[in-house]
Amino acid sequence: MKVISLHSAMLTASLAIALALAGSADVSGRTAPRPRVSSKIEYCKDCHGASGQGYHGYLIMPRLAGQTSEYFENQLRAFAEHTRERALFINMARVHGMNPEMRASLAAQFRGLDPSPFGGGPRHLVATGKQIFQEGAPESNVPACAACHGPEGQGEGPNARLAGQLFPYTVNELKNWSSKRGADSQAAIMAPIARALSESQIVAIAAYLSYLK
Amino acid sequence: MKFIRLKITILVLLASAVSSLAGNSIRNCTWCHGTSAQGFANAPRLAGQSPLYIENQLLSFFVHARDNPLSAQYMWAAAAGLNAETAHDLAVYFSMLPPEPAQDGNKQLIAMGQMIYEEGSPETDLAACAACHGPNAEGVRQIPRLGGLSYSYLKRRLEDWGEGYHASAEPPMPRIASKLYPEEIEALASFLSFVP
Repeated sequence: MKVISLHSAMLTASLAIALALAGSADVSGRTAPRPRVSSKIEYCKDCHGASGQGYHGYLIMPRLAGQTSEYFENQLRAFAEHTRERALFINMARVHGMNPEMRASLAAQFRGLDPSPFGGGPRHLVATGKQIFQEGAPESNVPACAACHGPEGQGEGPNARLAGQLFPYTVNELKNWSSKRGADSQAAIMAPIARALSESQIVAIAAYLSYLK
Repeated sequence: MKFIRLKITILVLLASAVSSLAGNSIRNCTWCHGTSAQGFANAPRLAGQSPLYIENQLLSFFVHARDNPLSAQYMWAAAAGLNAETAHDLAVYFSMLPPEPAQDGNKQLIAMGQMIYEEGSPETDLAACAACHGPNAEGVRQIPRLGGLSYSYLKRRLEDWGEGYHASAEPPMPRIASKLYPEEIEALASFLSFVP
């Protein structure tokens, strides 16, 4: 009896060790804990700002706060599937890799954050940017941004929230839309619009959005 | 054309920095940081560092916000007599000097350090250093250049954060550094010391 219980204890122990090892060790030899949502949120915030307001490091890491859940999850999937930012010096698929449940949890968390926008765009262009955002640019057949992104830039479903987005991020995305976003169907809608906008129009729209609450 | 204008701007800046600085100010720095500002012992390399970063550090020594023991021991007094203009001029001056990599880390840890630097460790929720410090650890604006700093300085600095010092750093650094395991610090400091 004693032998049996010892045996089963050993079996349990070896099982536990095997399970712990299966929990995967990364390059550093450190054993990865089970991914917990709270730890992953901190990880996101390490780059995207302590309240998800965005951060301009070497890369421009966009504001996540208040983002629509559908857009948020779509972007994480696009990174994982190498359709977004495939040419970047950082392996975005690995950095943003996680399972769909984690994506959904993070999306819900960041959706609920509402820090003040960073601002940062040239103030004198805000009025021009607002006009293009609300009415489009008829001379180049650019539709009003508000038509899809909402009158306050708050986003809707797969269409991103733009309000409060970092000025240099919006500029960078619009100027390099096709190479950064690939041929994803949602991104494809934006491609001709981004192409039709002049650089000064892009800067004006980005300036307006950088202050928008 | 743009390049030439940039060069002229640099020369003008350099000239104005040097002329407005008493030779003593620079000598007070190079006394510890090395005669060509390449760093010496505990004192980090200043040559080639991002000017805004140097300026911010001098101000944070001045107000005692950068509070690790070596800073308190040496730099609080060294920065006590600085005004904002001199801090700026010193920062510009040292940023213009050509840097040499220290290359004093453990070569065997370079690959591991590079992996952490470039991709972090997403499995354990550690962010990639490169996202802020750049693909070649060159730094940008107020974010410091890390490539080629000495192993011992980088290691000490990362450890200081984990021990709760350096309130002056931007929000993410104390948090990220305190997630690092000792072997990750060794690897990062080793890798970075060899980055040209």
